[in-house]
Amino acid sequence: MIEHILDTKNLNSGQKIAVKYFSVAIILFAAQIIFGMLAGIQFNSPGFLYEVIDFNVNRMVHINAMIIWLLYGFMGSIYWLVEEEAQTTLVGNKIANLGFWVLTIAVVIVVLVFLIVQSGGGNQTSLWLINEGREYIEAPRWADIGIVAVMLIFFYNITATFMKGKWSGISGVIVLDLAALAGVYLAGMFYSENISMDQFWWWWVVHLWVEATWEVLIGCIMAWGLIKTIKADRRIVTTWLYIEVALMFGSGILGLGHHYFWIGTPEYWLTIGGFFSALEPIPLVAMLVHAIYDSGVKQFKSTNNPALAWLIVHAFGNFFGAGVFGFMQTLPQINLYTHGTQWSASHGHLAFFGAYVTINIAMFYMAIQKWRGNVAMGSNLTDNGWKWKTSLGLLNLGVVGMTIAMLVAGYQQAFIERATEGSTWSGFFKAQTDPTFLLSMDWRMIFGWITALGLVILIWDLVTIGRYSPNEAAGASTDKKLERPKNVYPTDRSSMGG
Amino acid sequence: MNNNIWWSSEEFWKKTAIFITGFMFLILILLTFDTVDQITAGSNRVPDYTVINNKIFYRHDEKRNLLVPVIGEEAPLFGELLNEEQSHELINIGKLTIQAKNCMNCHTLLGNGAYYAPDLTKAWLDPSWGNESIREILMLNFLLDPESNARTFGSNRKMPNMDLTEQEAKAVIAYLKWMSSIDTNGFPANFKPIKQDEEK
Repeated sequence: MIEHILDTKNLNSGQKIAVKYFSVAIILFAAQIIFGMLAGIQFNSPGFLYEVIDFNVNRMVHINAMIIWLLYGFMGSIYWLVEEEAQTTLVGNKIANLGFWVLTIAVVIVVLVFLIVQSGGGNQTSLWLINEGREYIEAPRWADIGIVAVMLIFFYNITATFMKGKWSGISGVIVLDLAALAGVYLAGMFYSENISMDQFWWWWVVHLWVEATWEVLIGCIMAWGLIKTIKADRRIVTTWLYIEVALMFGSGILGLGHHYFWIGTPEYWLTIGGFFSALEPIPLVAMLVHAIYDSGVKQFKSTNNPALAWLIVHAFGNFFGAGVFGFMQTLPQINLYTHGTQWSASHGHLAFFGAYVTINIAMFYMAIQKWRGNVAMGSNLTDNGWKWKTSLGLLNLGVVGMTIAMLVAGYQQAFIERATEGSTWSGFFKAQTDPTFLLSMDWRMIFGWITALGLVILIWDLVTIGRYSPNEAAGASTDKKLERPKNVYPTDRSSMGG
Repeated sequence: MNNNIWWSSEEFWKKTAIFITGFMFLILILLTFDTVDQITAGSNRVPDYTVINNKIFYRHDEKRNLLVPVIGEEAPLFGELLNEEQSHELINIGKLTIQAKNCMNCHTLLGNGAYYAPDLTKAWLDPSWGNESIREILMLNFLLDPESNARTFGSNRKMPNMDLTEQEAKAVIAYLKWMSSIDTNGFPANFKPIKQDEEK
């Protein structure tokens, strides 16, 4: 056995940036779970850390760490694939590093201020320096401006690299999608004393990120990932990507209307939002069929089994979490009873995990493989890959368990608080103290611990996997059925269109 | 995949994707113009901030089959009639306070936020305040010292002291009053408001 150390000489310059993003992403992933656990404990035992770090602070760090680490994962993924996809070197190395450090230092400051200062007086200064107080985009305004600056650097670097090298179908979609992703963020950067107006534009950011541009971005990463892990045909993958974009934006853009049922917006959104959001699962079905079919064609043979496994989990998780669990409560007749209850939390957990966490983990495994010198990570792992298999099992069990527990709690809440008690405060607390609700929340906590254990093993695996693999490159693994490209670039580009 | 078949070609789906995305975005922009107009404060659905000078109650709308907010007779908040500018300023402080104190990571407002504490959309009209005459002062006492005036409804959840000034607390109450006048298409479901004078 030869030890394969993590050596940046194995990486191209975009990938050197990418592994920095991935490293911070994993740290923030851990922070998400830690603060999620703290908030979960407080939900069941409100005296825990009362007036030290209150629920609103823990919950804010929980959801913000998630948003930011997923973004770090996406940015890392794009930096990871840009040179291979463009077949040239990254245009701006120094500026990419600068962007990474500016963003990371800003994130550290924001989190410290969230935890230490927590909140300020009712004035603009608090919103600019401490906390903007708008769910998911709580980062104070100074940080918003920093995020936009870093996104501009990122966008420039990726676009200019493709312009210098070659365009492909995947890169074209990436660049246009990044422009849209950055553009809609601007909609969340102003203050309005009118809460209807505030939430109208706030949803432009939140919905058009997670239910439109993020989905398309991971569609691109998935397309590239399938080419890399199972050597899927580029032409087929690209055609599927266009179909997904058509379906995703075709349903997702006006699907925004399902957030405009109850915030003061006109009644026509009940029809438009209900109809188009009900169509939103269709592209997710397409993505699922495509991923599984392509993998099946290749008999699930891969040079990187953990990455492929997580891509498959992503395909299912995206469909069930975002698609099925979203559809369950998207029609206004149901949503009137479920919106703002544990149903929403149930859907949120499975959707973010299934759609976005999974594909980032797949990218982490691809990065580790190359970082160690393109080691074989197929079926020949030295310890039979028990760590990645266990962590995959525990993370899935944990998140699905939490999802079901919160769904049961959500049913109780919708029945008691909304249907029978008339949505009053006493109705809210009657639901919260219902024995079934409380039992569900205990189960939520148990599955939370399982998720946390899964994360610990995942991190352990990521820092050890492939270290003592047989000294064979992935391209020469024991699996002779697959032919590998001889260089780092996909060999099937001759068939590439677009 | 056979490239001779038009519907399976990469080029066809590329153009389709561009066309559909552009078309849907155009529709969204057009609807946005109309919606922004309809939700600007002072519209039928989102009333002007001066409604904090009036009584706000709910009436069942037969045609829509849901409860809609109605703005009634003069009923100034804390007995103080405010002009347009003063109302706007108070609402502004209320909103800044709600954001700065991070209310949304425990409560929901218009159904959005966290699920640890009750929805605030109709907090002004919640029956737990007893009756309309003592509501304002109970709300003020609660916001200034939520621990001593805890309203836990048999649960053990307590709101922490958010260190609000009296002006901020009054502004938050004004905000809750104004927010209860927004037409939310009947959300939250089956709402049973505080006993209203008309019913007495």
